[in-house]
Amino acid sequence: MADSIVIVEGLHKSFGDTHALQGLNLTVPRGTVCGVLGPNGAGKTTAIRILATLCDPDAGYATISGFDVVRQSGKVRARIGLAGQYAAVDEKLTGRGNLRMFGRLFHLSRTRAYQRADELLERFDLLEAADRQVAGYSGGMRRRLDLITSLILRPDVLFLDEPTTGLDPRSRGEIWDSVRELVADGTTVLLTTQYLDEADQLADDIAIIDHGRVIATGTPDELKATIGDRLDIVLEEPNSFHAAATVVEAHTGADAAATGSDRLSVALPGGFRLADIVRELDRAGIAAADVSLRRPTLDEVFLRLTDHKERVS
Amino acid sequence: MTTFAPPMNHQLRWTISDGVTLIGRELDRLRQDPGQLIAMLIFPVIMVVLFGYVMDRFRSMPMARSAVPFGQTGADFLIGLPLLAVMVGAGLLVGWEPHRGFIPTAEAFLLMMLLRYALSWVGVYVGLRVKNDQIANALVPLFLPFTMLSNSFVPTEGMPAWLRVISDWNPVSAITAASRELFGNPSAAAQGAAWPLAHPITAVFLWSIVLLLIFVPLSIHAYHRKGR
Repeated sequence: MADSIVIVEGLHKSFGDTHALQGLNLTVPRGTVCGVLGPNGAGKTTAIRILATLCDPDAGYATISGFDVVRQSGKVRARIGLAGQYAAVDEKLTGRGNLRMFGRLFHLSRTRAYQRADELLERFDLLEAADRQVAGYSGGMRRRLDLITSLILRPDVLFLDEPTTGLDPRSRGEIWDSVRELVADGTTVLLTTQYLDEADQLADDIAIIDHGRVIATGTPDELKATIGDRLDIVLEEPNSFHAAATVVEAHTGADAAATGSDRLSVALPGGFRLADIVRELDRAGIAAADVSLRRPTLDEVFLRLTDHKERVS
Repeated sequence: MTTFAPPMNHQLRWTISDGVTLIGRELDRLRQDPGQLIAMLIFPVIMVVLFGYVMDRFRSMPMARSAVPFGQTGADFLIGLPLLAVMVGAGLLVGWEPHRGFIPTAEAFLLMMLLRYALSWVGVYVGLRVKNDQIANALVPLFLPFTMLSNSFVPTEGMPAWLRVISDWNPVSAITAASRELFGNPSAAAQGAAWPLAHPITAVFLWSIVLLLIFVPLSIHAYHRKGR
């Protein structure tokens, strides 16, 4: 791990009786996007706050570009950008006013700060709204302004804490495009999200955390491979559902999840053949309208690993 | 990649420079919402609210941390100047005038600004210690009696003993008495008045210094530790 830009070792942090982090380990190679997934309260935001020097860990350590986030916080702050689920910009200023102010606080010269504000507004498509008060911006525009504010210094590492929570699909797509552009420029991104498709879309590596610990890491494909393929069956008769579930469960040894009144889904253990199951259903006199095999979604991986009951819709 | 990474050694310089930038922020905000000025005139700034997500961004940036409270109080000081002008203008309109010439008059204004500046640090500290907007709003009325429990509106002699002690030692009473003295306006300071009312100019000065000595370090410390 010679070129790991973010290194986190054994991080602990408690708030009273709440143990937000209980030995978090994480490394992020330079120039990659690491997606941190976890249910609410898993410790994602606490981890980001420690890495962004906003709070100190109780135990363990973390470094950014080799600088300790507690003892060398000044050096860390010069190398990071932070954007999050709450737009940390001044609502009463204009978009341009915000970028100029933050540019000055990043100690750019006045000329350079003004120039940089214009560059960023243009590149991220906010020129039109640049001179309007941020209070009048849409949620997506605010989030985009927040994102580009964290880019003023061209950070080595950008922390994105649930950057698209609460945004409509179009604004979400715009944020994703912006993030992809940054990554193409070589920025390392550490992204927390509740949206698994977001991680699937953006992340090179994923760390799933639960109860303040990393419980699985890997590329999206690797994680999907760990729980095996999924078999989806659509029945012709909804009233044959229970019979079909019994047959499928007996043959796979896995729980079948109802994905509709006439359809079910099951995780296949390795080595199972589709033909066997089709034949067993046939023998039991159950008519299937459709039987298909597919890769699991990241949602299914996540639910399985975080030990929550699969959703029955 | 960190082309613009600043040197971290010129702490004082950056405190001043970042503080100036933040003063600019406050004034810029005011330009967007001038109605605030009126509100401040009626309701002096009591609590400077230093939280919200913008503060998290400030804390994650390589800027001087003490610049934030200095910027806030600096802006508050500057905002006080036009308020003072409006107050003087209104006074002149209704027939008030200073009688003792330029220097005592200027001294009175300086004392007012000094006390106001010191009190704005108290506001910063209180603002840093409250957890959210709701608590801050709930606390504001608690500060109102400070202006009432003074000699601003009625002389303190007529008050019950315990109330009179509070009023006599209230810095608001001292500034009122000091201004009256320096402007040469009729003074209500009676024989046997409490020390701060007998020596109001010194009292205001001491009050301001003591408040600054206590609340500047406390506020900076509280700002540094917040979120830890």
